[in-house]
Amino acid sequence: MRVQGRPGIQYGGFVMAELSVQIGKLQMKNPVMTASGTFGYGLEFEDFMDISRIGGIIVKGTTRYHREGNPYPRMAETPSGMLNAVGLQNKGVEYFCEYIYPQISGIDTNMIVNVSGSAVEDYAETARMINSLEKIPAIELNISCPNVKQGGMAFGVSAKGAAEVVSAVRKVYDKTLIVKLSPNVTNIAEIACAVEAAGADSVSLINTLLGMAIDAERRRPLLSTVTGGLSGPAVKPIALRMVWQVAKAVKIPVIGLGGIMNATDAIEFFLAGASAIQIGTANFIDPATCVKVIDGINDYLDRHHYSSVQEIVGALEL
Amino acid sequence: MKKFILDLHVVERQLLHREYVLLKLTNPDAALPEMCPGQFAELRVDASKTTFLRRPISINFVDYERNEVWFLIRMIGDGTRALGLLREGDTLNAVLPLGNSFTMSGAQFPKVSDDASLLLVGGGVGTAPLLFLGSELKKRGYKPVFLLGARTAGDLLELEEFSKIGELFTTTEDGSQGERGFVVHHSVLQSRKFSWIYSCGPKPMMQAVAAYAAAAGRIPCEVSLENKMACGVGACLCCVENTKEGHKCVCKEGPVFNTEDLLWQN
Repeated sequence: MRVQGRPGIQYGGFVMAELSVQIGKLQMKNPVMTASGTFGYGLEFEDFMDISRIGGIIVKGTTRYHREGNPYPRMAETPSGMLNAVGLQNKGVEYFCEYIYPQISGIDTNMIVNVSGSAVEDYAETARMINSLEKIPAIELNISCPNVKQGGMAFGVSAKGAAEVVSAVRKVYDKTLIVKLSPNVTNIAEIACAVEAAGADSVSLINTLLGMAIDAERRRPLLSTVTGGLSGPAVKPIALRMVWQVAKAVKIPVIGLGGIMNATDAIEFFLAGASAIQIGTANFIDPATCVKVIDGINDYLDRHHYSSVQEIVGALEL
Repeated sequence: MKKFILDLHVVERQLLHREYVLLKLTNPDAALPEMCPGQFAELRVDASKTTFLRRPISINFVDYERNEVWFLIRMIGDGTRALGLLREGDTLNAVLPLGNSFTMSGAQFPKVSDDASLLLVGGGVGTAPLLFLGSELKKRGYKPVFLLGARTAGDLLELEEFSKIGELFTTTEDGSQGERGFVVHHSVLQSRKFSWIYSCGPKPMMQAVAAYAAAAGRIPCEVSLENKMACGVGACLCCVENTKEGHKCVCKEGPVFNTEDLLWQN
């Protein structure tokens, strides 16, 4: 049962655990965020829950210029997950600043913009423009999206490329800078360290895993782009392993994501070393997942007599 | 329109023909929300190990007096089969109502007093949303004309319900009921003049209906598109249709589109 009240204060035998976390300069009321591309601009989910309860809402990937995205079909259901090849469809950062920002700036939580690009200068220019928006306290840099032919993949798969784009953005962006890492690499900890050295305040991982699906009867791929990004519970064990590896390698806070469907999944990521988590594909199955996970984390902390979520970050017993 | 996540209860299951099941569900906790013809629900599939995503199913009918919403399920894969095999008393989690709806009013829409003749063309399981649409049109004083097509007589669904609402014409590919052939070849399209056309069914059928509407004096034609969906609310951008204004989400900006806005002619 959920008890309303302030953290640390006892209400009839229930103690509210402290759920707040800090990522760089970003203060969050709880460690639950939405994963970019799965939650629109937040407004799409307002009917299902009080979205201001969510610690941070990471909105759709935004690029310097308008992108029409990939042709249909862009999605294929797979065992315990799905592949997508949306291709960063968005109307560009200028449209975002002018038309979207006024609609979301009143939402009483951290609204974070996911920034993507196909050239270092585009990342930097997009970040610079968002830097001036008062109610956007952080950006998440997508250096890992596997969908875009000329997109972020090249940056995210090498330490040098990742550091290059992060350095360029760091020069023009002075708020909290989160960098979203690609799992499609040999050594993700190495990339994380390079990104940390280049000035990132936090890393989030994992982005989708590059995958493929085939229609055997028609002998054709199920996605227009042949390959796409795999998400959902199918990727969770890989995500957990990578979060664990990266958390050991860096000092900056790690944000974990990949197949989290419920509070228990979220707890596993905290134990592996994540300071916060993101909910992605689960939003499609239960649009109210985020608030259920927040409540479930609180229940877990109560049940195990922890007073704050920070106590279980990296608390995996080996 | 406000969207809801509801645990609906199955009050009746009818196997209509082979793979077609009609599910009648109620909301045990409260009155069902207002829904419009053309809208759909995202139904969670709990009883299939291979199904991960919800299934978008159009609203077949809403009986507000009985507090029932009907879904016509074609059991075509594991997900829809699990839905079709639900039993009376089972719970079905639904997110609804989603998407836009068929036009039933407005400046461009024909008035009852102008002797409006509205044609509703459906094929196969695509006839599902037309039952709700026809009944709502009838409530508004219109006399909807249904033209429904299928492979065989058995595949023509809910004919009794349709005939209660309006005039009914049918075609079957094997000639077992109505005129033999496809809906676009039905003689009523030549003998009557229509002022508005709605269509839902296989894409080639809707394209043929759109071509007929265009050729018959650019009769306004609305179609309900089908697409593979994930979120159902316009967040993931997976279910796009290419339109004159670029990619649009079938789940949020559709599923109903005016064929003038689509790129079907190209």
